This record gives sequence, structure tokens and C-alpha cells, in this order.
Amino acid sequence: MKAIEILIMALRNLSGNKIRSLLTMLGVIIGVAAVIVMVALGEGAQRKVTENITAMGSNLVMVFPGRGSSRGGSFGGGVQLTNSILSVIEDASFHIKTIAPEVRRNFVVSYGDSSMQTSVIGCTLDYITLRNYQIADGRFFDETEINARSRVAVIGSYLADELFSNTDPVGEFIKIGVFRYEIIGVLKEKGQSGFGNSDDLLLIPLTTMQQRIMGNQRLSTVYIQADSAENVNKVYNQVYEALLEEFQDEEKFNIRNQAEILETVQETSKTFTLLLGGIAAVSLLVGGIGIMNIMLVSVTERIKEIGLRKAIGATKLEILSMFLIEAVGLSVTGGLIGIGLGWGVSSVVSRVTDWTTVISPESILISFGFSIMVGLFFGGYPAYKAAGLHPIEALRHE
Amino acid sequence: MTKAMIKTEALYKIYHMGDAEVRALDGVSLTVTEGEMVAIMGPSGSGKSTFMNTLGCLDQPTSGSYQLDGEETSKLSEKEKARLRNQKIGFVFQSFNLLPNLTAIQNVELPLIYAGVPASKRQKIALEAMERLGLGNRIHHKPRELSGGQQQRVAIARALVNRPRLLLADEPTGNLDTKSSREIMAVFQELHRNGITIVLVTHEEDIAAYTERIVRFTDGKIVDDRRIEQKVIGEGVLV
Repeated sequence: MKAIEILIMALRNLSGNKIRSLLTMLGVIIGVAAVIVMVALGEGAQRKVTENITAMGSNLVMVFPGRGSSRGGSFGGGVQLTNSILSVIEDASFHIKTIAPEVRRNFVVSYGDSSMQTSVIGCTLDYITLRNYQIADGRFFDETEINARSRVAVIGSYLADELFSNTDPVGEFIKIGVFRYEIIGVLKEKGQSGFGNSDDLLLIPLTTMQQRIMGNQRLSTVYIQADSAENVNKVYNQVYEALLEEFQDEEKFNIRNQAEILETVQETSKTFTLLLGGIAAVSLLVGGIGIMNIMLVSVTERIKEIGLRKAIGATKLEILSMFLIEAVGLSVTGGLIGIGLGWGVSSVVSRVTDWTTVISPESILISFGFSIMVGLFFGGYPAYKAAGLHPIEALRHE
Repeated sequence: MTKAMIKTEALYKIYHMGDAEVRALDGVSLTVTEGEMVAIMGPSGSGKSTFMNTLGCLDQPTSGSYQLDGEETSKLSEKEKARLRNQKIGFVFQSFNLLPNLTAIQNVELPLIYAGVPASKRQKIALEAMERLGLGNRIHHKPRELSGGQQQRVAIARALVNRPRLLLADEPTGNLDTKSSREIMAVFQELHRNGITIVLVTHEEDIAAYTERIVRFTDGKIVDDRRIEQKVIGEGVLV
């Protein structure tokens, strides 16, 4: 009952001094808003990266060539992956749904007068479904074309936009080096990914790539899709065992789980978020010092009032509570306004730029909790000072 | 009417200023019975204010005993003293000490808040107290919108709102003109007739003449204590 009265009293004191209260709150408002916006940007980046990695395809395990033996100083680039590894992988686990090998190399491609550098990827039929690509126009190459090592190409949307601004690329011929490839399809746009532009590419049959361009059986990456999310780790382990048995050296190949990559990237962006939030939290701290400053001024100004309240029967605790509630009232109101402001700024940022922002309930709760703490901490000393005043000296104060 | 409201025995209050020892109270023993109206007089520095503060449980004597309404106060905790000030004592100050941001009635309600009286009852009690003092049409005024005499009456309403047994007034007319002073003293006399014990500090002889007993202080000691013929102003000041 009395607690509510003291609360009302404290709030009345705050509203009696509106401009000062507002200015004092400003520090906390800016601090909290900064924390909210920074964390929203960080979490947005994290979500975006996660989406991009998931867009690579689902339930993936990837095998890359090893870096070669780091010991012994062997010459050359180490061991290569070749087509023969595919059967080893295929036999490794029952839970493999699809295997899609890839040979990737950068080439300059040209159409008419314009040319540009792009990733040329030799791949098999399953590649586009496994990597979540879709055909926007035309078709993907078929079995016959793969067997015939045909010079046909499916191009990414970025390439289509850059090279064929006015013409329909399907049916046109694009040059890789000196050879002409017929464009039979265009991929649907996938958007920016964590690893460069996933629409800046050109797909040709694996056989054409290996036999006509590279002249060897090497593979850059083997994508393995597990039949379900639960089995990804099982597939990873079984493929790892099989490859280890094949190569007898874990340095000679490189196997990555999609989840593992995701984790690494998320870890990085979490650190980033914490860093941003931490910097923003400094301004919240400065806001807190502002509250302390004003509360100290307020105590000095109101010494006589404190003396009077004590004379008419206010206890130490009641005086302490009143000033503490005033400080917390300032910081919490500031915090709430700051949350609203931060929310607004974040949504404006994500609308104006193409950055994703995510307002998480955690960041709201934490900054709200933090603003209570700021009030308690920085209001504590002034309130303690007020409560400890001697009534007589306080009353005599002019 | 023979019960002691205030009973002090050998009260000392000693300050140390450097090497010098200042005895603000130098063995003060005084008894004020219930219902009395006493003026405390003396030159400045005579210890009369210190004595008042001790009576109001606002200041702790260095040694000695002080019984308020039969209760020894020297052993009480801060919290118990706050409760005593709230319940048994009403204070009236020379400079009124109203909170400028609150309206008159909010000022009067303050002691009720600390007494834990619920909001609904509070307003009614505060309004009654103000009406008794003829301030029924001033309840929503801010202190600065009131005259000195009106402000002091608000302060008296505030002092009376918890129905204290003892009213302590420190130079209550010090900031008022003669007419307002007379009005305030008339209010005190009316309260006195209603049975409240009143102790007031003043340095004006004609104010002291409205009481029925004058105690004089010099150098922390009581040098004179005598009953006088009370100069009655008139009845019917309180509604």
C-alpha cells in the first residue's frame, strides 16, 4: 500500500520537472536504442548468412581435396580428388540420397563484344536440385548431352543480365575460351550468398568440363546429400571413415558438414553482434552517469524537502525508496522509449537499405533489464545520500 | 490533567568545535503536563532550538532522559522515532516548509501517506483539517499562491492531520505580520482549549503572552520558568 504511495510520489516529482526528466532520460534513450539497433543489425546479418548457407542445399556434406601433407615438404598441391572417389563415397553409407560432383574454375566468357570472368562449373544432372537451383527459362542438360560431352551451357541469372541485356540468352552461343557453347537454359535468381555471388556462374556437363576443357578426372568438390537431417552426421562419419581408409591420411582430403560451417559462421557473427552491442552499451553507461548527476543535483536542491519529510515521519527507507524509484523511473521510461526508438530505427534501416534486421525478444528484455539496473546502480548513491541526511541540518539548509 | 506529556531530566547536548566545548544543552530538566501551552524564550544560541529539536525527536541528546507521553525516547531506533514524529508530534516551522510543487491539500496529506492511510480516507481527513482552519476554498492552490498567514495555516493543518498529542512550533509567527501572527496564535489557543499540548519557541514577548507559561533559556540552561496570565484572543477561530 505504502509502496504504491511512494511510487506515485516519485512519479509526481518526475513529472513536475518534465524538461529535466526528458533530458536526463535522453542518455538512456539513446543508449538503449543504440543497443537495440546494433543487436538487430548483428542478428540480421547472422540470420541472412544462415539463410544463405541453408540455400546452398539441405543436409549437405562436402568433400574437398586435401591440402596435401603439411609435413615432409612434399612438392605439388597434394592429393587430388578424382572420379574414382565417387564410388567409394557411394558405398560408404546407406543414408546418401544424392551425390553431385563439381569441377569449378574461373574463365573469361564472352558474348558478342562483351566478356566477363565467371565460375564455370562442370556438373551432373542432380547438381541443380541438390544445390537448390531452379530453371527460369529453357531447360537443363540431359543424359544424352552428358554422354556426348556436348558444348551446352546453363547460365546464372547474373550472367544473363550482364551479357544479355536485351536478348533472350536461350539459343544464343557463349564463348568459353575459344569454343562456342549453346545456351540451353537460364537459372532462377538465388540472391547473394555468404560465399560470393551464387548467380554468377555457368553450368556445363561434367564430362565436357573434364574431358574437353580440363583434360583430367579431377573434381573440385563432391556434394553429398543425406536422406534426412538426422542422418547428416552419420553420413559425415561414414564417408570420413571410407575416405580415411582410401587415402590412409586425413590430410589428403577435406570433409565438411554443412552444420559445422553454419556453426562457424554463426559464431563469427555472434562475436560481431556482441562487439556492436558492447560499443552501444557504453552509451547506455554514459546515460546512467547522466542520471546519477541529475539525481545528485536533485537531492541537493531538495534537501529542505527531505528534512521536512523526515520531520513528519518519513523513515530512512521511505526516503531511499522515493529517490531510487525516481532514478529507476527515469531509466525505465528512457529504456522503454529507447526500445521503441530502436525498433523504429531498425525497421527504417531494413526498409531503406537491404540489410536484414532482427529485433529479438532477448535484446528487448536484456536492454529493459539493463535500464532498470542502470537506474538502481546510478540512483543508488544519491538516494543513499538523501536518506542519510540529518533532519535538522536538512531543514536548516537554505 | 496531571499526566506529564514531556519530561526531560538532565539533558545535555555537547558539541566540540576544535578544542572548544559548546554546551547547547547544559542539564535541562523540564516537565510539561498534558494540555499545557508553553512558550520557550531566550536569546539566539541559548539552546532553545536544540531543545525543541530534541523534544521533536529530530536530534539526539548527548546524555539525559526524555520521556514523551510516558515513553523513554533515548533508546528508540531511527525508525521508531520516525513513527513517533508521525503519530504523536505535529511540527510547525517559521518558514512553513510546504513543498512548492504540491497543492495545499497534497501538502496536508503528506503525514497521512507516511502513516499508511489509504488514499480514499486521506483526502477526506485532509479536507476536514483544512476546513477547520478556514482553508476550504484554498485546497487546490499551490503554496506560492497563498499569503503567509494562509501558508502557515496549511502547515498547521498538516501538523494536525494525524491528530498528534503534542504540537511543536519553532518561531511560528517569525515570518508573519502582526495581524497574521494574532490569527495563528488564536488558532493555537483554540487547539489548546481542545486539549493539545503546545510548545512554541519565540523571541517576541507579546507572542509569548498568549501562552500560559514561559520558560527562558540562557547558555543551555533554564533560567526562568513561570506561569503567566494568558492573554486570550477570542474563541471561534476554528470552524
